[in-house]
Amino acid sequence: MIATLMKGPAAKKALLTSAALIAVAVAAGCAPKDASVKIGHVGPLTGSIAHLGKDNEAGAKMAIAELNKAEIKIDGKKVVFSLISEDDGADPKQGTAAAQKLVDAKVAGVIGHLNSGTTIPASKIYSDAGIPQISPSATNPKYTQQGFKTAFRVVANDATLGGVLGKYAVNELKAKSIAVIDDRTAYGQGVADEFVKGVEAAGGKVVDRQFTTDKATDFMSILTAIRAKKPDVVFYGGMDAVGGPMLRQMDQLKINAKFMGGDGICTGELIKLADKALGNNRVFCAEAGGVVGPYEQKMADFKERFKKEMGAEVNLYSPYVYDAVMVMVEAMKKANSTDPKKYLPELAKIQYEGVTGPIAFDEKGDIKGGTLTLFTYKDGKRESLKVIQ
Amino acid sequence: MDTLIQQLINGLVLGSVYALVALGYTMVYGILQLINFAHGDVLMIGAMVSLTVLGIIKMIAPSTPLVLQLMIATAVAIPVCMLLAAAIERIAYRPLRNSPRLAPLITAIGISIVLQTMAMIIWSPNPRVYPDLLPTTPFEIGGALLAPKQLLILVVASLSMAGLLLLVNKTRLGRAMRAVSENPRIANLMGVNPDRIITATFMLGAALAAIAGVLVAMNYNIAQFTMGFLLGLKAFTAAVLGGIGNLGGAVAGGLLLGIIEALGAGYIGELTGGFLGSHYQDIFAFAVLIVVLIFRPSGLLGERVADRA
Repeated sequence: MIATLMKGPAAKKALLTSAALIAVAVAAGCAPKDASVKIGHVGPLTGSIAHLGKDNEAGAKMAIAELNKAEIKIDGKKVVFSLISEDDGADPKQGTAAAQKLVDAKVAGVIGHLNSGTTIPASKIYSDAGIPQISPSATNPKYTQQGFKTAFRVVANDATLGGVLGKYAVNELKAKSIAVIDDRTAYGQGVADEFVKGVEAAGGKVVDRQFTTDKATDFMSILTAIRAKKPDVVFYGGMDAVGGPMLRQMDQLKINAKFMGGDGICTGELIKLADKALGNNRVFCAEAGGVVGPYEQKMADFKERFKKEMGAEVNLYSPYVYDAVMVMVEAMKKANSTDPKKYLPELAKIQYEGVTGPIAFDEKGDIKGGTLTLFTYKDGKRESLKVIQ
Repeated sequence: MDTLIQQLINGLVLGSVYALVALGYTMVYGILQLINFAHGDVLMIGAMVSLTVLGIIKMIAPSTPLVLQLMIATAVAIPVCMLLAAAIERIAYRPLRNSPRLAPLITAIGISIVLQTMAMIIWSPNPRVYPDLLPTTPFEIGGALLAPKQLLILVVASLSMAGLLLLVNKTRLGRAMRAVSENPRIANLMGVNPDRIITATFMLGAALAAIAGVLVAMNYNIAQFTMGFLLGLKAFTAAVLGGIGNLGGAVAGGLLLGIIEALGAGYIGELTGGFLGSHYQDIFAFAVLIVVLIFRPSGLLGERVADRA
């Protein structure tokens, strides 16, 4: 019965395991019946970022396999975990359909989705059904700001990212005057607002705030206005397709300020889009994730184990997915129940040592002290500067 | 002070591009009373074709001087766009010439969607980098900076516009165009073939659009399948501002719109004490448009058009 809910080679393995378990139980004669618990996973398994979705799925599979090997007992019964994996194609519509499917399948919890765009609309469905959801990679602050008790994430959000960059501009880059531009999208405006807060908290000064759109190509006017204020740093909240031409136009107007941005500009594509304007140690940006201190070794071990068991390299978020599954099961153990209603309060106040770092959630469901990695560009290459907590 | 001069230069460059594109709208409108919404997308095709040509040159003869590369790319983009425009006119507009006004307007929007989708399939949906083909060291004028590519935009735009005005006012083709614009049936009786003149008008507009496409892509170092849409909308606004159907009006409207936008984006924050930010820059442009249309419904230089019999 468990096996029919799964697909692929994992099914065979689980079938064998459960068969073996039953055999043992029968042999023992009077052992209590095993409990089966379904955990859902959603990510884009098709489409242009399918490689990231598959990476996430592999992280979940690995966690489930290890949990079953450990023969965990909850409420006196041995628990057999099974994974139900759904595809959302990184599409919000498909994402809500997948969420409904998991709810109908009565999963005990969901790990996903990968994108903010699918995570946010799906979170309402999980919340209505009372099913805990842990996203391994959605960074839009909105996800946890909707007031859903069931929404958690194990990566830092864009708000943290903006704040950290703001402090970095003042404390490390010693910027005295800072100009801020954003593209008025939910992401761009959010990151820029948090950046301004970070700058002001660190005692820095924002001398100008300008706006553009995510479709604009001409920034000469707003950059001319900014030039008159002579800033040391220009921050842009938005994506690389706008950031690249903006950097070139800064050069055209001989604005020699450093350029900062969130994960939207922190891409390989920016190198082509900005070309010579990229400079050396001129552009600074950050993205969620990264490990520090003792966790570096833990992560290295995890990567080796992952390669051995899943036959692939860690791509991006699979360690976070692995941790998300583990944290969810840890909460079940603490509550001594796999009932979402009973283990949800335990999940909210959990303290767990994962491979990506210590995991604990604040009152909204965001990870406490999530890490970020800071990058700069040098000789046309992106280089990681440091991991910030 | 240098900030003001810089903003005026920014506005002039932006406005020259608007003017160049607005001419295409206004010429077609002057003859057919049709708003050719696919015009902006013809511009995009021009930019994309020139980018492909540059890519080919880079593969087979990378040592070609950059200025020559630019000229070859433009020389290929212009005829491609002219043929495209002629085909659009033949397929989408001519069969509907005697149908209600709304029908060709809808096919125009349809063609615009078709061109964008085609471009997305051929050249991928991602923004493409357009290389720097001119030196990047800017000239200094009274503390303001003018990049060589911006200077090129000013020069090429003025030359194209002057050439077009000469062509319309001084040549045989121009006279025929003016005749068809006034009354196609009488022009026909006088031995002018309106179909050929209309096709020629579309092709002329497309040639200007191709030039504008190359200039815009080069100026911002980026080309994407959506680049023609917003630019087309702004240029259309410029044409209406100047008086649609009037060539001088399109130029005046384009330059005015560019300067208003640049000054608007640069000073709106200071003028309103931070109440309105630079994302409200279009408020200025459209407020001016509304005021002009209230007092001069046919635009700045437009004449009152008598109803056709």
